[in-house]
This record gives sequence, C-alpha cells and structure tokens, in this order.
Amino acid sequence: MRKFREFFIEKLILICGLAAIFFVVLIFLFLLKEGLSVFGTVSPLKFLLGKSWYPISEPAQLGILPLILGSLLVTLGAAAISIPIGVACAVYIAEIAPLKIKEVLKSGIELLAAIPSVVLGFIGMVTLVPWVKSMFHLPTGLTALSGSIMLAFMAMPTIVSIAEDALYSVPKSYKEGALALGATHWQAIYRVILPAASSGILAAVMLGIGRVIGETMAVMMITGNAAVIPQSILVPIRTLTATIAAEMGEAVVGSEHYFALFAVGIVLFVMSFAINVTADLFLHKKK
Amino acid sequence: MRNPKRAEKIAFFFLFLATLLIVVPVGLIVVIIIQKGSPAINWQFLTDIPRQGMRAGGILPAIVGTVYLVLGAIIFALPIGVLSAVYLSEYAKDNFLTRIIKLAIINLAGVPSVVYGLFGLALFVVFFRFGASILSGSLTLGIMILPIIITTSREALESVPYSFREVSRSLGASKWQSISSIVLPNAISGILTGTILGLGRAAGETAPILFTVAAFYLPQLPSSIFHQAMALPYHLYVISTQVPNVDEKIRYGTALVLLALVLFMNLVAIIIRYKFRKKKKW
Repeated sequence: MRKFREFFIEKLILICGLAAIFFVVLIFLFLLKEGLSVFGTVSPLKFLLGKSWYPISEPAQLGILPLILGSLLVTLGAAAISIPIGVACAVYIAEIAPLKIKEVLKSGIELLAAIPSVVLGFIGMVTLVPWVKSMFHLPTGLTALSGSIMLAFMAMPTIVSIAEDALYSVPKSYKEGALALGATHWQAIYRVILPAASSGILAAVMLGIGRVIGETMAVMMITGNAAVIPQSILVPIRTLTATIAAEMGEAVVGSEHYFALFAVGIVLFVMSFAINVTADLFLHKKK
Repeated sequence: MRNPKRAEKIAFFFLFLATLLIVVPVGLIVVIIIQKGSPAINWQFLTDIPRQGMRAGGILPAIVGTVYLVLGAIIFALPIGVLSAVYLSEYAKDNFLTRIIKLAIINLAGVPSVVYGLFGLALFVVFFRFGASILSGSLTLGIMILPIIITTSREALESVPYSFREVSRSLGASKWQSISSIVLPNAISGILTGTILGLGRAAGETAPILFTVAAFYLPQLPSSIFHQAMALPYHLYVISTQVPNVDEKIRYGTALVLLALVLFMNLVAIIIRYKFRKKKKW
C-alpha cells in the first residue's frame, strides 16, 4: 500500500515537473492554431512586410511592418539609454558601493521591478509625456521617445541585477592579481573584471531587451498608438504588443482581425523565445 | 588620461551618477503617488462602487476583483509550482530532459504578458468556453506566475542540507516521506516568499486579464467564478486613458491603492526572507 502511494506521488511529481514544458508548448500551439488561419487570406511575406495596418477597412490591410518598426524603434531607443546606465549601475553596486549603501541600492532596484507597468504608464502620462512635449515643442508628447525613456527605466532591474551577478561571480583572484600589478581599482574594473564578466553582461542586456519588446501597458499608454511607419523618434508610434492589447477587445472571435492579432502574438512569442534561448546560452558559457 | 588616479575619480563619479539616475526616479515615483494619492483615500473610496461614470465614488469592485483573481491564480499555481520544484530539486537527474525543463521555465518567464492574454483567450475563454470570467483570468495569471513559484521554491528546497535527507532515509523513511515531513517543512519560508512575490506580480499585471476577465465597469461585486470582474490595474488603465475628465485625485488614489497592495506583498516577502536567514539553524 505504501509502495503504491509512493509510486503514485512520484508520478504526480514527475507530471508537475513537466508542467513548464507542457505550458510553453500549449501556448505556442494555441497561438499557431488561431494565428495561422490568417495566412489563408494574406501571404506570410505580405503580412510581415506589408506597409499598412488597416484591419477593419474593407478589404482589410494586414501588414505589420509599421508595428514591427515601431517596436524596433522604441526598443533601440530604450537599449541606447538603458545599457550604458544599467551596466554602469551594476558596476557601481558590485564593485564600488560600500556594503550598507549596496543593500539600499539593491532594494531600490527591486522596488522598481515590483511597480506594476500600468502604474509606470500612468506616471509616464502625467510627468514624462508633458515634459517631452514642451522640451521638443511637439504637438503631442505621446512619442516613441517617451516610450523609449519609460521602457529603458523598466529594463533596468533586469539589466542591473543580472549584470551585477555576472560581475560578482568573477573570481576575486583576477582583481587581486590586477591590483598587485599596480593597476588602479578602475583599471582593474574595465581591463579585467568587465571583460571577464562580458558573457553574463551580454545575457543581461539581451534579457533586458526581451523585457522591453514584451512590455505592453506602459508603452500603450505613452507612445500615441499611431500604426504608421515612423519617420523619427519624436512621432507617435505603435508597437506589436500595444496593437494586440488595444484591438483584441473589439475584434470578433473568428474574424480575420482576430486571427491577425494572434499572428502578431506568434511573432512576439518567437522573438522572446529566441532572445531567452540565446541569453541562456551566454549565461551557461560563463560556467 | 595621464593620471590614472584622476581617471579613476572621474570614472567612479559617472558610475555613481548612473546609479542615481535609476534610483532617484524610483523614489520620486513612489513619493509623487503617495503625495497626490493619499488625499483621495478615505473609507468611502475603499468601500463604495464607482459612481457617475467612474468619476466619483469608490473602487471596491476593482479591489475585490483583484483579490479573487490573485487567490484563484495562487490556488492553481502553488501546488503545481511546488511539486515541479520538488521534481527539479529531489528527483531530476542532470540530463537532457532536465535541461529542457529549465529552458522551458526561462521561456515561460519571458513570454510577453500580452501573449499570455492571447493564450488565455484562445484556451480558456474560447476553447473551454469559460467565457470572460474570473476562472479564465485566474488560470491565465496562474500560468504566468508559475515560473516565479518554481524558481523560488526550488532554491528553497535546494538550500535544505543534504544530510537532512540522508538522516531521514537512514531511519527508514521513504523518499516521499523524507520530502514531505523533513525537506518541505524546512523550505516553507522560501516557498512562502516565492508565493507572495507571485501574488504581487499577479495583482499588478494588466495585459493577461484584458481579454480574459476584466470588465470596464460593473456596479456590483462578482458572485461566481464564471462572472466577469473589475480589477485594479485595468481600472487604473481605464480611468487614465478611456474615460475623459476623471479627477486627478481619483487616478492617483487608484494608483496608490494598487502600488500599496503590490509593495506590501513584496515587503512581507522580504521580511520573511530576512527572518528566515537569521533563524537558519544550519
């Protein structure tokens, strides 16, 4: 009887162990199930490279290039801001800050990670958006730039904590060797410690970018939601994520629009999958 | 730069500046929300339904909806997550399957939140015909927080010393008996920390509930898990972008309640972790 119970429980544990795989596959299958239908009416190439997104006009134009470019633009902007600042902050926390300040800084960054994105979006609307508008004398502050700044901020916790881990796990003997040879602390940091931690830092940057591409609410609230190919960083844009969030509410289940939004979901899923797998490879290289 | 000491000073100054650029805005955001939101907080705001097209009254249905959703998510995710962590820490061998499971967990954590929303819509709302309901929303949120619970529980289980298991097994306990009566009780605070962090995450997310449960406006409290519900994050989104002329005070007040809820849970998690570290006997 005891043996039977043990056997049953161990099988249950194994099934739960496989749950993560099961759900990843399930998510992908259901995205495919709903999303692939759209390619009956529009070819995959036309879908990805089509220049206009008018899903409810007659006939519907389902080209997601403006959305892809919108996502890319805010992501590049966010990366340009968050990578240097995030890595610098990680170096400061890992190498320079005294122990007590280090704890305070780390909890401050954990705090940032905990703030819901809709709250950050709201704060962005009432502070950042008017600031961008008056700073650049624009008709509206709901621009790609506002989105980039906010997203850079939201990527910080990921970048800082993973990069800090990478810097921290560099063997202390490397640093001691450099200092013993007469290097200053800063020389030891950028000649020895940073290169030694480079694959971990790269992983941190990639995961930060993954976070940025997938971010939905804040970006929808402050980038203006104009599905046109962006000509500059100071115009409203619309991202892949915001499109799904803004339009799925109105799309009729089973309509072409509904399928097209799932196809956008497939694009997002594949992107985040690629980013996470690559980042994981970099993290494992380190070990 | 001729003088390396001076170069070091300049470099360290910029590193410090970068750190301030992150930490100061975080503090400012919290201070602004507390300052502008607290005048709105009173008993009526917390216990009344929204009135006059959400421009007056309170936010009770949104608070209650969020509590239901979060509880539903945890009821679903906690058993699966903890057992999954038990598998990884106690049973899994270092083989290809384990590698794939770990990769799947990382990917599950990285799936954009709006894609969870799509998935919940396709599977629970449409395929299982649960409709837009608390059940659909809870299950969607539950799958979303699964990686958080698995990862933290696994860490907690692995931090229990191996000798505990050996002693228990040598006294004749079976593997599962050792796990259930020795390993799990010793890992409970770590598991609790992960659970609360998961709760906080579920309470703050908007995109996964957009199409699976969230109601624009409901004048009464939900009475069944097959009903739609309002939720705090979605309510904040609605009153700050969809409804014109809502008093700033109400927006800030809603943001404050949501922020306070999420930060409170994180604080509790941090305190548990801290006490646990101090009490550790081994």
